[in-house]
Amino acid sequence: MMNQLVWLGQSGIENLRQLGKTGLLLFHVVFSPPHWRKNFPLVVQQVYAEGVLSLLIIIVSSLFIGMVLALQGYHTLAKFGASQQLGPLVALSVARELGPVVTAILFAGRAGSAVTAEIGLMKATEQLSSMEMMAVDPLRRVISPRFWGGFISMPLLTMIFNMTAIYGAYLVGVKWLGVDGGVFWSNMQSSVEFHADIVNGILKSMVFGVAVIWIAVAQGYFAVPTAAGIASATTRSVVYASLTVLGLDFVLTAMMIGEW
Amino acid sequence: MLPQRYIETLVGLFLLFAILALTVLAFKVSGLTNLFPAKTYLVTAEFDEIGGLKVRSAVKIGGVQVGEVSKIALDPVTYRAVVTLAIDDRYNDIPDDSSAGIFTSGLLGDNYIAITPMYNKTFLKNGSQIEMTRSAMVLEKLIGQFLYKIGNSGNDSNANSNANSNEKGDKHANQ
Amino acid sequence: MPENLVEISKMSFVHENGRIVFQDVDMVIPRGKITAIMGPSGTGKTTLLRLIGGQLTPNAGQIKVAGQYIHQLSRKELYQARKRMGMLFQSGGLFTHLNVFENVAFALREHTRLSESMIRTLVLMKLQMVGLRGTWSLMPSELSGGMARRVALARAIALDPELIMYDEPFTGQDPISMGVLVKLIRTLNDALGLTSVIVSHDVGETMSIADYVYVISDRHVIGQGSPGSIISNTSGELQQFIKGLPDGPVPFDYPAVSIEQDFLQGSAAS
Repeated sequence: MMNQLVWLGQSGIENLRQLGKTGLLLFHVVFSPPHWRKNFPLVVQQVYAEGVLSLLIIIVSSLFIGMVLALQGYHTLAKFGASQQLGPLVALSVARELGPVVTAILFAGRAGSAVTAEIGLMKATEQLSSMEMMAVDPLRRVISPRFWGGFISMPLLTMIFNMTAIYGAYLVGVKWLGVDGGVFWSNMQSSVEFHADIVNGILKSMVFGVAVIWIAVAQGYFAVPTAAGIASATTRSVVYASLTVLGLDFVLTAMMIGEW
Repeated sequence: MLPQRYIETLVGLFLLFAILALTVLAFKVSGLTNLFPAKTYLVTAEFDEIGGLKVRSAVKIGGVQVGEVSKIALDPVTYRAVVTLAIDDRYNDIPDDSSAGIFTSGLLGDNYIAITPMYNKTFLKNGSQIEMTRSAMVLEKLIGQFLYKIGNSGNDSNANSNANSNEKGDKHANQ
Repeated sequence: MPENLVEISKMSFVHENGRIVFQDVDMVIPRGKITAIMGPSGTGKTTLLRLIGGQLTPNAGQIKVAGQYIHQLSRKELYQARKRMGMLFQSGGLFTHLNVFENVAFALREHTRLSESMIRTLVLMKLQMVGLRGTWSLMPSELSGGMARRVALARAIALDPELIMYDEPFTGQDPISMGVLVKLIRTLNDALGLTSVIVSHDVGETMSIADYVYVISDRHVIGQGSPGSIISNTSGELQQFIKGLPDGPVPFDYPAVSIEQDFLQGSAAS
């Protein structure tokens, strides 16, 4: 019995320490920002690696999600004779929830895992140590640009996701299922509010972006420097990031629905 | 890694694409007509019952939106609802004897305030009050009234039909 | 100029998981010479290099490098001090996303404002010193292990440091690569006036170029002196290490219950 308690206490303290270390890492990354002139190209490189290279999966997923949403939505709405509400249905679902959440989870899977693996590998092959011994701060040069690259990419990807999902719904709803185009857009416009829906969705995506890239960077930085260690750090990064995004989504939605 | 200038170009395109998406979302999806809140002036109106009226509900004249509700408060003395309307500065010639009523869009839709313009030569300005108001119709009260009426006329018609059927019965009996 | 570049006095270090790595260790690294630090695997030789480089902090004692107490320096001063040190990691530690030229040029680009042509000259010069000038456009993944280490060496001397530390440079190398490295370490040390510290458990190679040797085992220094004096030292521990004897003060058998218990009692778990 005592043994179990000791074990519980120890793992609790150990987890607390880990949390503290990741918190300190975030603090150092955010408050020792890259030297703008020297390291700006690094940030741009990372926006490319994390954002631009994720475009394919984001656009394809959003197109299909929009199309499925329209398909399912139409068949259910038609039973109530409310098929002209398809526009609002799709736009509100995507802008408020699906856009930020699905983008964040896809981002965690594609860019987050890549960042974790990269940093973990650099740690395991002693590249980070070499940098330190050459008097170059690896936090500034390697970690920080990846963090800011993720922070910048996430909201941009979310906006693109929202647009292509709604367009996909338009294709299915109007072009295929025969909802009137004018009704589709005008009902949407009267139901969707820019500040409450679109902007809130983008705010959510910024919060998710911080969470996902922070977890990715921390898991890579604190990975056990072996091949197995990197593998498990990568999977952990994706799992933790996804769960955190879903949890944060609930909290943010509650805050936003209650109008702050 | 591609050469730096290709990367920068691609990132620039990425940013452009995202801004385009944002523009589409703003104007086509949410119907944002102007980014900056229009200049408005505030007018108050008191109602006995506002029903489902909310802050930011529309204020319309003849069906066209001219402003929105900016504040709803309760007068502690008269216990009437004091609604503050923010009317777009462009519509600065609403006669100050106009009336304001709370209506429902559609049958079960949101409530909005409709202003019916009258004939005075002086106009509403910041701080004016609309005197003539018509409260919202609350569905439950209507149904209650309707049932009450049905109940009453039911009693009368029951009495009538009883008398009628008695006569008929007599007729039959007499034949 | 002080005679000893590095002075370690009464240093103790405990690892994160509680293991005592060093207890009361005293060492000096004389300037301009090649000092070897040897010992069995896992005794913390790499940790020692990290302590000298300021990546780890000792729990007790002092480490003085070029007259400065390394662990009392501020972050900025520490980074300044590190510019005068070079370190060659066991795996080379080359940046995989940069080619050979960019790897060697890295420190020059970060810490100096030299023109491109100056940097080119310096980089090619360093590569020439290690015999790999022709590989400048290759990526690290295209290099063999030995070549990667030599490029890492060129990178480590890019800023012309005073102290250079080698972490297990000979491990896993074929005889030719080994010979090349041995020659390079000696030549560079003498030609550039470096102070070299080699951490290794490769007795033959290391003894052939070292001027002074420390042998560490079990948290302490168990022997020090010139290579000749170490080889002729009669201490049991030293003899076992130098000669590579399978059994001696470091036992062959891992501690276990007696043979009777394991084999004659039926199941090993009982």
